[in-house]
Amino acid sequence: MPSPVLEVRGLKKHFVVRRGLFGRESAWVKAVDGVDFAIHPGETLGLIGESGCGKTTTSKLILLQETPTAGSIAFEGRDIAGLAGAELMAYRRAVQVVFQDPFSSLSPRMRVRDIIAEPLEIHTDLARAAIDERVGQVLELVGLTRDVAPLFPHEFSGGQRQRVAIARALATDTRLIVLDEPVSALDVSVRAQIINQLEHLQRTLGVSYLFIGHDLATVAHISHRIAVMYLGKIVESADSDALCARPMHPYTKALFAAALPSRPGDRTESGTIVGEIPSPLSLPTGCRFHPRCPSAMPVCSEAEPSLQRREGAGLVACHLY
Amino acid sequence: MAPVLEVSGLQTHFFTFGGARVVKAVDGVSFSLGDGETLGLVGESGSGKTTTCLSIVGLLPRAARIVGGRVLFEGDELTRMSQRELRRVRGRRIAVMLQDPMASLNPLFTIFRQVAEPAFFHQQMRGRTLRARVQQLLKAVRIPSPEWRMRDYPHQMSGGMRQRIVGAIALAGGPKLVIADEPTTNLDVTIQAQYLDLLKDIQRETGVALIFVTHNLGIVAKMCDRVAVMYAGKIIEQASVRELFDDPKHPYTRALLGSVPKLGSKEPLYSIAGQPPNPASLPPGCPFHPRCREALPRCASVDPPDFHLGDGSVARCWLLDDAVARP
Amino acid sequence: MATIPADPRLAVGRATPGRLGVLIKAAREAPLAPLVILGGLVLIALLADLIAPYDPTVPVKGAEMFRPPFWMEGGSVATPLGTDFQSRDILTRLIYGARVSLIVGLMGTLVAGSIGTALGILSGYVGGWVDQIIMRLTDAWLALPAIVFAIFLAAMFGPSMWNIIVILGSVYWTRYARVIRGEVLSLREREFVKLAEIAGASKLRVIKKHILPNVMNTATVLASLTVGVVIIAEASLSFLGVGVPPPQPAWGLMLSEARPTLMTGQWWLTVFPGACILLIVLATQLFGDWLRVRLDPQQRNL
Repeated sequence: MPSPVLEVRGLKKHFVVRRGLFGRESAWVKAVDGVDFAIHPGETLGLIGESGCGKTTTSKLILLQETPTAGSIAFEGRDIAGLAGAELMAYRRAVQVVFQDPFSSLSPRMRVRDIIAEPLEIHTDLARAAIDERVGQVLELVGLTRDVAPLFPHEFSGGQRQRVAIARALATDTRLIVLDEPVSALDVSVRAQIINQLEHLQRTLGVSYLFIGHDLATVAHISHRIAVMYLGKIVESADSDALCARPMHPYTKALFAAALPSRPGDRTESGTIVGEIPSPLSLPTGCRFHPRCPSAMPVCSEAEPSLQRREGAGLVACHLY
Repeated sequence: MAPVLEVSGLQTHFFTFGGARVVKAVDGVSFSLGDGETLGLVGESGSGKTTTCLSIVGLLPRAARIVGGRVLFEGDELTRMSQRELRRVRGRRIAVMLQDPMASLNPLFTIFRQVAEPAFFHQQMRGRTLRARVQQLLKAVRIPSPEWRMRDYPHQMSGGMRQRIVGAIALAGGPKLVIADEPTTNLDVTIQAQYLDLLKDIQRETGVALIFVTHNLGIVAKMCDRVAVMYAGKIIEQASVRELFDDPKHPYTRALLGSVPKLGSKEPLYSIAGQPPNPASLPPGCPFHPRCREALPRCASVDPPDFHLGDGSVARCWLLDDAVARP
Repeated sequence: MATIPADPRLAVGRATPGRLGVLIKAAREAPLAPLVILGGLVLIALLADLIAPYDPTVPVKGAEMFRPPFWMEGGSVATPLGTDFQSRDILTRLIYGARVSLIVGLMGTLVAGSIGTALGILSGYVGGWVDQIIMRLTDAWLALPAIVFAIFLAAMFGPSMWNIIVILGSVYWTRYARVIRGEVLSLREREFVKLAEIAGASKLRVIKKHILPNVMNTATVLASLTVGVVIIAEASLSFLGVGVPPPQPAWGLMLSEARPTLMTGQWWLTVFPGACILLIVLATQLFGDWLRVRLDPQQRNL
């Protein structure tokens, strides 16, 4: 097996929240609390979970927008925590992001050409003509035409803007793109275009994706492997097909149960879970999912289960197994 | 049995730049809804689904006007009513639920006060009866320990809880029809499933009719009895939910169904070329023809009429011209 | 599979008009009255040497002191708005006064805007102790009464038009710093700024390419509203004798010089410069209001 592009080990991010009049009492929010995963070249890892599960914080840590409390992130074998100077720039060049909302991720005052050219201007000393050529190339790569380069973002629809955002992410020799809910804000008929486009680009360019999402069907479609997060921890991870065929963790099962049917009559109601996601300020003892779990046992409120090899392939953190 | 709601030939246009520009947001929409029935109104942004709903309850923005058609609700013609009469209808007989629960709740008032309002004004309930009524409503939407939670303010509740409060307010007047405009888009998956199940339970208990406005076909499959698919201000296909999913007649419906990823399948998704049209500048002929893979020459020039098919479904597409004898 | 079926040209409809179209539309909606007043004043100030009938600093030959406007008894068409206590032509002094008011108003605003915008961006984008220091400085500045502070500075540096510009600039920058900082704080969280940071852009680059262009609208609106304030401040300083030094013609100075005659019936000495100040301030404020509605997306619905 080739060495992973990105390897995350024991990653933790705790935020301090001050309470009380003079901010003396402080509480910790464990947004990410011990997460391990790896992404291999040309592979898509899907990170799925509901609000507050820590998927967005994880992506911020990878993008160096936050510094981890503990744990390490290694890119092509090098820990990114200590990067500086040329090495940091090389990392910045190799890892890009596409955000959910293409209306706020493209600067309204810049032309498409300048938006896509920005990473090139930062990382290369290419001449104007060479940059224009590269911009044209990536525009064609994402299914747009070269002649849209002089336009402003407001002249595009949502789907086209997202294509521009992807083109920008591809402009440098990118090896990993963090896709943070890239289709959630788009119209239904446009989502399929973007997903197909992303899959096509991966096949032709061999780029790796970290796909963050909340819609099971979409994440499962694009990902090779899926990690399910709940309150800062990965509760189950496996190959996409294996996970869909046989979800094991009760929370994963609940996600499947809650997923909407693709046609009427597909009854999936068994196993919907009760209750809401607890506040990350006061996490339940033991397994974090036990207050909502339909198959909770006494031990679940006492001991926190660790990730174990699950049957078939992958890992699951549950006392049932 | 007479339908609860009957919309026929509804046309709502936006007049901007002092009437110099007319946008036909809703352009001849007809459907009807029986007791306890759920209709899914499906469409992408700009398809006119929200404007259709706002036209029914008379909550249109200033620039918009109903220029044609009728809205019959329990025998009353809503388009002819004054704002004052409409307000009475909205409070009691028709309820509206919007996408963002935070925007529908007043942050300065307690939950009790907001849920009690319709009963206080329309049914003149006071004191203990009022309190009992509010508790009963909160219990109906599965708020745990309502006697305590009703003293809370909206910001003290989670998103799912707030959306259920909006549901309780909607039910307070004992409506015959609830119009829900994407009520679950901001909710997490598991919370959305809970909320949809709750809506179904309530519908079973009260027999209220439901219009579900959404772009999510999964919600339609789960919730609805009948579906109307909107595109560029018109209903391009209307059928029972089974019929629509099993045998979609319009190429747009087929494309929509094919473009949604299905669990466990890695097939490339069916992708519709292009973007939803801008309602301000629609193409001539069938508005879908520039994106349609099966378009015929005449699609570019003549807008197809409704074709009524044997199984009760209606679709606007020239491909069906040969399949049916015109009525 | 080589191509993804997606025809982008289908909807890259250039539904939005080009640059020229935007300009034409703006011109159509622009408020006529303030633009005519401001345009007229700028023209008068520019062409003062050509259109003014006399020299503003020397008495009109053959004219007596306190000659009234031409339509009154004793008035003359040669000095249409009368003469002052040194028998200088009032119309001429008003024309040259427009020059002073506009230069001080615009340049003072430019100085204030540059200082304030720079500090606001620094404060908002860099944050941390830089932000703390700049904001405390702004608070301290705001606590000083502006005009008294300006008088103090003027007394220290001596009255001259260019000193006045620098002084007023360094008095009125606080509003910019505050407002721009707030704007930058929200811009900093916008995704396109994050994207630039993630792509490795330096702080300087982010400020130059992403922050500055996006606060320019706000800065322009603030500027249009500050011009009037600065003009009034200049007039006040001149009126108090610490502004533009005599015999230069400034509207505030003209008012000041007319003070002894306030009660003696020579109304034209005060009413004309007063009206000019009123007119220019009103025009800039109206223009500023229009600009705010046009440029500020929060205020512009539809």
